[in-house]
Amino acid sequence: MAISRRSFLQGSALSALGLAAGVAPKMSFAADNKDAIKVATILDLSGGLDIYGKPMSNAINLAADDINAAGGLLGRPLQMINYDAQSNMQLYAQYAQQAALKDKVAVVQGGITSASREVIRPVLDRFRSLYFYPAQYEGGVCDRNYFSSGSTPAQTVEKLVPYAMKKWGKKIYVVAADYNYGQIVSAWVKKSVHDNGGEVVTVEFFPLDVTDFGAAISKIQSAKPDIVWSALVGGAHISFYRQWHAAGMSGKIPIASTVFGGGNEHIILSPEESNGILVAANYMQEIPTPENQAFVQKFHAKYGTSTPYISDLAMGAYQGMLIWAEGVRKAGSVDRMKVIEALESGITVASPSGKVTVDPATHHCTLDVHIAEVENHQMKILETFTDQAPSDTAMVCDLKKNPRDTKQYQIEL
Amino acid sequence: MDLLIIYGIEVLNAIAVLIIMSLGLAVVFGMMKIVNMAHGEFMMLGGYSAILATNHLGVPIWIAMLVIAPLVVGVFGIVIERVIIRHLYGRMIDTMLATWGLSLALIGAATMVFGNTTLGISSPLPSVTVGSYSTSGYSLFTILFALCLVGALWLLLRYTTLGLCARATMQNARMAAALGTNPGKIYSLTFGLGAALSGLGGALLAPITGVIPTIGISFIAKAFITVIGGGSAIIAGTLSSSTLFGTISQLATYAWTPVFGAVALLLSAIVLLRLLPQGITGRFFRRSL
Repeated sequence: MAISRRSFLQGSALSALGLAAGVAPKMSFAADNKDAIKVATILDLSGGLDIYGKPMSNAINLAADDINAAGGLLGRPLQMINYDAQSNMQLYAQYAQQAALKDKVAVVQGGITSASREVIRPVLDRFRSLYFYPAQYEGGVCDRNYFSSGSTPAQTVEKLVPYAMKKWGKKIYVVAADYNYGQIVSAWVKKSVHDNGGEVVTVEFFPLDVTDFGAAISKIQSAKPDIVWSALVGGAHISFYRQWHAAGMSGKIPIASTVFGGGNEHIILSPEESNGILVAANYMQEIPTPENQAFVQKFHAKYGTSTPYISDLAMGAYQGMLIWAEGVRKAGSVDRMKVIEALESGITVASPSGKVTVDPATHHCTLDVHIAEVENHQMKILETFTDQAPSDTAMVCDLKKNPRDTKQYQIEL
Repeated sequence: MDLLIIYGIEVLNAIAVLIIMSLGLAVVFGMMKIVNMAHGEFMMLGGYSAILATNHLGVPIWIAMLVIAPLVVGVFGIVIERVIIRHLYGRMIDTMLATWGLSLALIGAATMVFGNTTLGISSPLPSVTVGSYSTSGYSLFTILFALCLVGALWLLLRYTTLGLCARATMQNARMAAALGTNPGKIYSLTFGLGAALSGLGGALLAPITGVIPTIGISFIAKAFITVIGGGSAIIAGTLSSSTLFGTISQLATYAWTPVFGAVALLLSAIVLLRLLPQGITGRFFRRSL
């Protein structure tokens, strides 16, 4: 079985290479003075997850540049320390320690996958270093040192399910990636479908490296659902949409998803393969408000065409910076506890995605959710739901009652 | 009934995909006894060649897949054989290490050149309707093409001078050399043939899976299982083990889930190798190619 060992060996060799190379963090010394407030980002700027990490890093640094251009925070400039975790969990742990102990940063913004978040969260808890997590995720983290600036399933799934059911019907077939995100999201889909009087025919899970969906597609055809719900994630799973179209299923059974687009799927797939797919997210580049149009222009002016699409993840990262900066302004200090208390007094920022309010009890955000349909590589926004509360995490988490909590809860459905 | 036909097509398709994935590896491993750890990355290169030729040079997709991809990867294979592999014949561990390093280097280089985004081309054939069901026309093409590929390889090895010389050199290089062949040339041509088949396989799978620098990893395990399960005869071995593993994994996928499909494939490989340590053709079809 030399084969199954191969991927393991490859992984460890890659990480060994990465460590040996020692790849020094990219620092921008633009604001290198003693007064500077240090902010660390830990994101995957290379390796398998860089497609997510690069736009997130760009967005955070754009926010920092804006703050610096406006005279900094509390009259002090921001100094960004950007760590590249290279899609490697060991480096996440190492850089989190370094940011907390050596750099003594005021805040760490970063982590993309739930796994990377759970690697750095306890480290930053232990060293009392404030932590912001920018990605949409499965919900349930309850930790006073931690703020989440993205959306959770209750905010997106519970809006998209009734919308899709009203449009197409009540019988739903779920295909999902076989890891905690896919599992938990499909549990939410199931709950929401039942709440709305519908029926989930099958939930089928696919390991992340599955590329052959032929059998699944014929099973779906024989189950004859009204809607296919996709919680498929990553490069290999894009082949589902290709094979779905190749089997002549586009337009026959519609697809809805709250993760589609997160990896620029709607840009990679051809219009024939992706048109008509319904999605829901906190942010889409096409949001028609003037604030957002100005943001998109600014983003493209700075980063050019290297980012084909500003994703929901990039926006989560951007508004994480906005929220933290507002907290610092309100606290009048970068001291961790003072900033946490300021944020817990209820802070609202105007983000390009709409209004974002920090929920004091959960440290998650109340934010807008948009439903859109993919049309020729674009997201055509159909409906907007304002001020959606993180009600899933609120079921299990109350930091006012229990401020010493540091757990991620599995929400019972 | 319609559904049975669709299921049948999908089972045949699974078998065809296994054949396409592993034929290149079978030539290199079965004939030359070289464990080519970079097989998956050869496939990745084939996929990129086909996609780039189609998207950037405007080459018709069929020519890009069936001509350009195997040519590019075949030539690349010959270069690699001349530069690296030929120094390591008869040293299996060393060739494994060398090709493993090559695979890491190729993944890194591809990431630098092409980036990390999945590239792809849409399947070039329309769908096929069977009663109230429909399936991809490309599946039918894959099945037919796998058959043609096996047939062509068989003709090449069985009836051409090149095939004869190649088989003779692999059995006893010195004797073949005494009879007037040039073993060095035969070795590099055979390795090139294996590489070209890998590239062709990667190109054929590109419309189904898309291509990213790390795509080889999702092919290589299945390719190795198929080749080792098949045993030493290249064509009979690949055919028989692809048929066995493809059918088992696809039926398990239908009956339960894709996770079970993958598990069933591994389990049947373990059982098979326990019963037939030399692979299927170590016991049956021993005199075949």
